[in-house]
This record gives sequence, C-alpha cells and structure tokens, in this order.
Amino acid sequence: MKARQKRMLFVGVAILGVGVAASLALSALQSNIAYFFSPSQVHAGEHPTDAVFRVGGLVVEDTLARQEDGLTVRFDVTDNAKTVPVSYTGILPDLFGEGQGVVAKGRIGTDGVFYADEVLAKHDESYMPPEVQDTLQTAHVEGVIDAAGEAGDTAARTLSQ
Amino acid sequence: MIPELGHFALILALLLAVVQAIFPLAGSLARSGAAGGSGNRPWMAMARPLAYGQLTMLIVAFAALTQAFMTSDFSVLYVANHSNSLLPDIYKVSAVWGGHEGSLLLWVLMMAAWGAAVAAFSKNLPLPVVARVIAVQGMIAVGFLLFMLLTSNPFERIFPVPQEGRDLNPLLQDPGLAIHPPMLYMGYVGFSVAFSFAVAALLGGRLDAAWARWSRPWTTVAWVFLTIGIMLGSWWAYYELGWGGWWFWDPVENASLMPWLIGTALIHSLAVTEKRAAFKSWTVLLAICAFSLSLLGTFLVRSGVLTSVHAFATDPERGLFILLFLCIVVGGSLALYAWRAPEVSDGGRFSLLSRESALLGNNLLFVAFTVLVLFGTLAPLIYEAFNWGKISVGFPWFNKMFLALAPFLAILLGLGPATRWKRDEPARLIRSLWWALALSVAVLALSALPILGDGDLWVPVGLALAAWLLFSHAAIVRERVKNKGGLTHFGRAVLADLRGGGRSFYGMVTAHIGVAVFIVGVTMVSNYQLEEDVRMSPGDSHDIAAYRFEFLGAQQVPGPNYLAQRGEFKVYRGDREIARLFPEKRAYLGGGMPMTEAAIDPGLFRDIYVSLGEPVGNDGDWALRLYYKPFVRWIWLGAILMAIGGTLAVSDPRYRSARVRAGAKAGAGDKAPATA
Repeated sequence: MKARQKRMLFVGVAILGVGVAASLALSALQSNIAYFFSPSQVHAGEHPTDAVFRVGGLVVEDTLARQEDGLTVRFDVTDNAKTVPVSYTGILPDLFGEGQGVVAKGRIGTDGVFYADEVLAKHDESYMPPEVQDTLQTAHVEGVIDAAGEAGDTAARTLSQ
Repeated sequence: MIPELGHFALILALLLAVVQAIFPLAGSLARSGAAGGSGNRPWMAMARPLAYGQLTMLIVAFAALTQAFMTSDFSVLYVANHSNSLLPDIYKVSAVWGGHEGSLLLWVLMMAAWGAAVAAFSKNLPLPVVARVIAVQGMIAVGFLLFMLLTSNPFERIFPVPQEGRDLNPLLQDPGLAIHPPMLYMGYVGFSVAFSFAVAALLGGRLDAAWARWSRPWTTVAWVFLTIGIMLGSWWAYYELGWGGWWFWDPVENASLMPWLIGTALIHSLAVTEKRAAFKSWTVLLAICAFSLSLLGTFLVRSGVLTSVHAFATDPERGLFILLFLCIVVGGSLALYAWRAPEVSDGGRFSLLSRESALLGNNLLFVAFTVLVLFGTLAPLIYEAFNWGKISVGFPWFNKMFLALAPFLAILLGLGPATRWKRDEPARLIRSLWWALALSVAVLALSALPILGDGDLWVPVGLALAAWLLFSHAAIVRERVKNKGGLTHFGRAVLADLRGGGRSFYGMVTAHIGVAVFIVGVTMVSNYQLEEDVRMSPGDSHDIAAYRFEFLGAQQVPGPNYLAQRGEFKVYRGDREIARLFPEKRAYLGGGMPMTEAAIDPGLFRDIYVSLGEPVGNDGDWALRLYYKPFVRWIWLGAILMAIGGTLAVSDPRYRSARVRAGAKAGAGDKAPATA
C-alpha cells in the first residue's frame, strides 16, 4: 500500500469512527432529554404521556400543601392561564416558595397530577428560568388577544342587536 | 470621591490598553532599516511599562471598589446591591466579586496581573515576542474594559442613597466561595497568556520548540489554577447547596470544565511540541480553543441563555456584547490561524507505537470529551433555534458519554509515559509493564468475584483502572531510577532526581496518580453512596449503612447577620458515638432568602452528611436529608494531587536554564533575517 492510500484509509476509518460515535451519542441523547411544556400546553394535551418532561410556571399562592408523610408536597403551577397540580416527594430547594417561578421535571399520572422527581433550584432571588419567563409572556400575550377578541365579539354582538 | 477615582482609573486602564494593543505590535512588525535589529525598538520597549501601568490602574480601581465595600458606601449601586452593613468584614471583601460587575473587575485585574507577570518573567525572551504577547493581552483587555465601562460599570452611583444594602447572596457567604472565583478566574485568564503566545507566534510566523518551551510553564500554571478553582467549586456545591452531589453537569459547571479539558490536552500537546517539534499547528489551535472556551463560558454564565442553577439575574445587552467579543476573538484568531498555520511545517515523524501516538490519543480523547460536553451544554439552544422544542439534557447522558471514553483514557494514561519517543518495541514495553498489568487484572478479578452475577461491573473496572494507573506509574518510576543506576537506594535516588532535573517527571507522575485517586473516589461514591429523605421527630433514630442517626431536635440560634434553626444529631457506629452534627437552616436578615447549611463529619474513607429540609407539623418534626458518602474526599484529593503535580512540573529548574538557552538561540535566529 502506498503512503497515499494508507492515509486515505486512515481518514476513512476516522470518519467512520466519528460517525458511529456521533450517532451513538445522539441516540443516547434522545432518551435523555426532557422537553418543556407550559401548563396551557399540558391542558391542550401536547405533552408526552409516557416520557419524562418538564413543566414550569409560578407556584399558585395558598396551594402548597404537605401530605401526611411529611415529605410529599402538592402545589399548583400556573402560567396565569391554566394550572397543573404537581406532587413532589423530598426536600424542596431553599428558594422554593408560593408566587415564585419553578421548573419541575417528572411524569404526568393518569389522575392528571404531575409527579415531579426534580424541582429546579436557583442561586439568586431575582432569577427567573428563561422557560418560565417565556411561558408567562406567551400566556399573557394570548390572554390579551383573547380578551381583545372577546371584547370585539361583544361589541359586534351589541351592534347587531 | 473615591468611587470616581476608581472609575477614572478604569478609563485610564482602557486608554493604556489601547496603546498597549497597538504600539508594541506595530513596532514588532515594522521593518526598520536601523542598525542590526528588526522592528521599531522604542515601540516594542513600551510593552513592559504599559503592562505594569495597566496593572497599577486596575489595582487602584479594585482598591477603590474594595474601599466602598469596607465603608458600606451604599451610594454606589453595586455595593448597595451586594453588601449590607451587617455583613462580616471578610465577606465584605469577597462581596467585591460577588456580583457581575465586580467579578468582571476581578477578571481584568487578574488579566493585567498575568500580563505584568509575563513582562517581569520574560527577561530571556526576545523583545519582539514579548511585545507581541503583551500587545495581544492588550487587545483582550480592551474588549473587557470596554465591556465593563459600557454595560457593567461597578462604580455607578445611585440616588437617593439607600439606608441599607440588599446583602450578599447568602450562598456566597462562605469561605470556600470567597476563594473559588479568584482561582477559577486565574485559570480562565491564564489561558489568555497561552492564547497570546499562540497568536504572537502566528503573527511572527515562528512556531518552534522554543515557542513551546516559553508558553509551557504559563499554560501549566493556568491549568493548575483552573484545576483548583473547579475543585473548590465542586466541593462548595457539595456542602453548601445541601444536595450532597459533587458534579451536576450544570451549564455553568460545564463552562468551566471545557477550558480545563482542552487545557489538559494543550499541556500534553505542548510537551510533544517542545520535545519533538511535532504537532505544532495543532498545539496552536488548542491554545486558541482553550481561551475561546473560557470566553464562551463567561458568555454562558453572564447572558442567561441557558437554564442553570448558577444563573445570575442577567441582562441580554451584556450577553450580546460578550457574544460579539467572542466572535471577534474566535473569528480573528482562527482566520489568522488559517492564514499562517499552513506555513508551519510539522516536523518530527513517529511510528505507531511511540509516545507521540499515545499523546495524540490523549489529545483526541480530550477533544472528544470537550465536543460532547459542548454539544450537551448547547443542545437546548440548538433545539430552540430549530424550533424543536425546549429541552434540557439530563445528567445521565453526560455520565454515559464520560463512562464510554474514560476507560480508554485511563488505559492510555498508563501506557503513554512508559513508551519512548519516536518509536518503541512492543516487547520492551511488555517487559517493563507486565507486572503492572498482572496486578491490575488481579484487582479486577478480586473485586469482581463477590459481585459476580449482580450485573454491574463498573466498580471492579474502576478499581482495576485506578490500580493500572498506580502500578504502571510505579513501573515507570522504577525504569527511570534504574536507568540512573539507583535501584538499590530507591528513595535516595528519587530525592536526588527531584533536586536535579526530574521535577517535571515526578510532577507528571503525581498528577497521574491524582487521576487514579479521582477514579477511585468517583467509582466508590457513585456506586455505594446512600441518600435518604426522611421525616424525624426529636428523639427519633434512623439507620443508614452502619451508622445510626439520632435527632435531638432543633433550636433557634442567632448568627452575626442571620437567625438559624440549628438541629442537633448524634451519630453512632454500633454503640459508640462518633460524631455530633449541627446542620442549620439560616434566614438572613438582609433578605428573606433561607439557606441550608449542611453538617458533615468528614473522613478519608467516608463522609456522613446531614442537612435540614424544613419543619413539618407543630411538634418539632423536620424533613431531613441523611447521606452516607464513601470515598467522596478522594475526588477532591485527586484534583489536589493533579494541581501539586502541575506545580512540581513548573518548578523544574530545567525550564529556567532551558529558557535562557532558548532565548539566546531565538535572539540569534531573529536577527538573521534582518541582516540577510
């Protein structure tokens, strides 16, 4: 084999190796990512029923309740349009609180409750996870459009009467 | 008045940086016809004083900000946001870098310090090289100083002046975190020196063994700082966040890991470039990448584009600026690389079985690690950009990827230093390493036997790899000492070698043993740790591993600037009381944010760890976390050994004398083309 052929062979093997490694890494990634859904999206049924995903928004005031065992907590998460009940067993992060932004990771049960096995903590009081910020903004914008639409409808109806 | 002085010093520093970026470089590239030398000497000679001036200005600015913190001058916005008159003095000092603006000031201060260090310790380098390196440092400083002055001025005033500051984030009120950012920044910024050397070499068109020898100690020192910085961060997260984990694959952690991985590849490839004059353009590329990844890390942390537990409240404008700066640095240096690197001939042929091959393997593996971490970290951004949804990548993926590559790296790590440069004989290699291999196979068999059939073989594999590293390095040391004729007085021979030119060799061995220690720690803690969340009433006991935790209840205790609920635990092993632990839940007076302070009984072979969750019910019950962490200290011990190894390598007297020789040679070489 000439040096040139050898080099081509080497490059070929290298490309093949990198390709295989990359596809393995990507397929492993597919089973390890968690998509994010807002409470409105969960209500619309866009979430997966058999996979781990994340849901986020604000913790609704006065919904944080501790169950009998002392370790399981229930709270509602809202994007100011829809809410999703969340259940979590374990110790909540320090900055968790009613009215605060949270992102929970877990699965949804057949009873419609989101069973979280991880609740995102943060380092800074004024920090808001970007997903939550987006969610609130989207819900707010849609809410405004809905309200405007309804107002328009009412106006139209009033006129036609 | 003093904050304005600081602000003024910053502006002066920027002006100096602009001069520093232009004149020494222009001087070094100019072809003056004047007697003998190339370049404009007076312009090049400006480099050193400018570097010192830069450092002086930034020291003044930093001192001004520190003074504002010490006197609790809340008319300065940054102080009002990050301090409080109740804050203990030591944390008033660390609060200087507790927020975005101050940490940037620390960053530029350290960069100026590195620049001044290059100026001071480069007496043996030819002047054009020094001028170019310091000019490149000046360019980076211009970027950062502009960034500070335009978007994040720490000296901005606030009116009306608040009565009280908002307090430092309680998580940062901790000795570990007071020194973690300076160490980490020293590492990040230190790679800017390697970067400057690389760019200077590209500009000058001279890439050779001498260049590698100059930039090698600087790179190693930066790597040592980064190692310690990452280790402190991991240790801090372990005890301060109250989750008991030591690495979370969080974007911000990854941001510090990526430069470290590439930096590790860089110090190895620099070794090849210095010894064999091979891998030259590759080494330069790594040096560019290491610093670019440091900048990318800064961007990820400061822009808030990624969801992270570390994320600070952020500002999109700042993110944009850093992104722009990143593009200029990466784009500019890569363009220069593409333009100049092809001119660099890659000398030094080597056969398949040689130390060059082993180090090439090391480099490829580290680059693969980095690409994986980079991809995993940026995947959420990629998905979002293509509208595939908002995702997060779970840490099991990162773990899997590392576990897939780590064994190869560990095997190579034992082989590499035993192999000879250029070409080696398989028979010779087997002769010197067979017993190390036999011993590690024995470890594999012994540790696999009791758990055979249980399926998970990671523990025996991890232990066998650690054993392989330990024994192969023992064989390598034996070989070296034998060649020096001192096998009968092993200890004395090693000591003599350490006094002579053997320090970088033993530094390498120490760092590699650190890897073995690290592997043992990771293997043991990930497979045998126990974690339980429990609810306990005062007087309750709970068993974990061989330990019994007795909860005595919690009381309110005042601290200097907080009120704490302090729990009390007795830990028994059998009937013997081995520790009393006092975990706390603190409420800081400055802000309403609570803070968990875990209590740990540390040990070389296990940690016992208790943290308070929250009170439950009205009878003094608490939700608690109880952990048993075997060998967790070995993880940080391994990192410390790596850092000691690096320090030992840099202290090698060979560098000093080699630098003198190289300087003399290079000086002669530099003159040649001018006279020609």
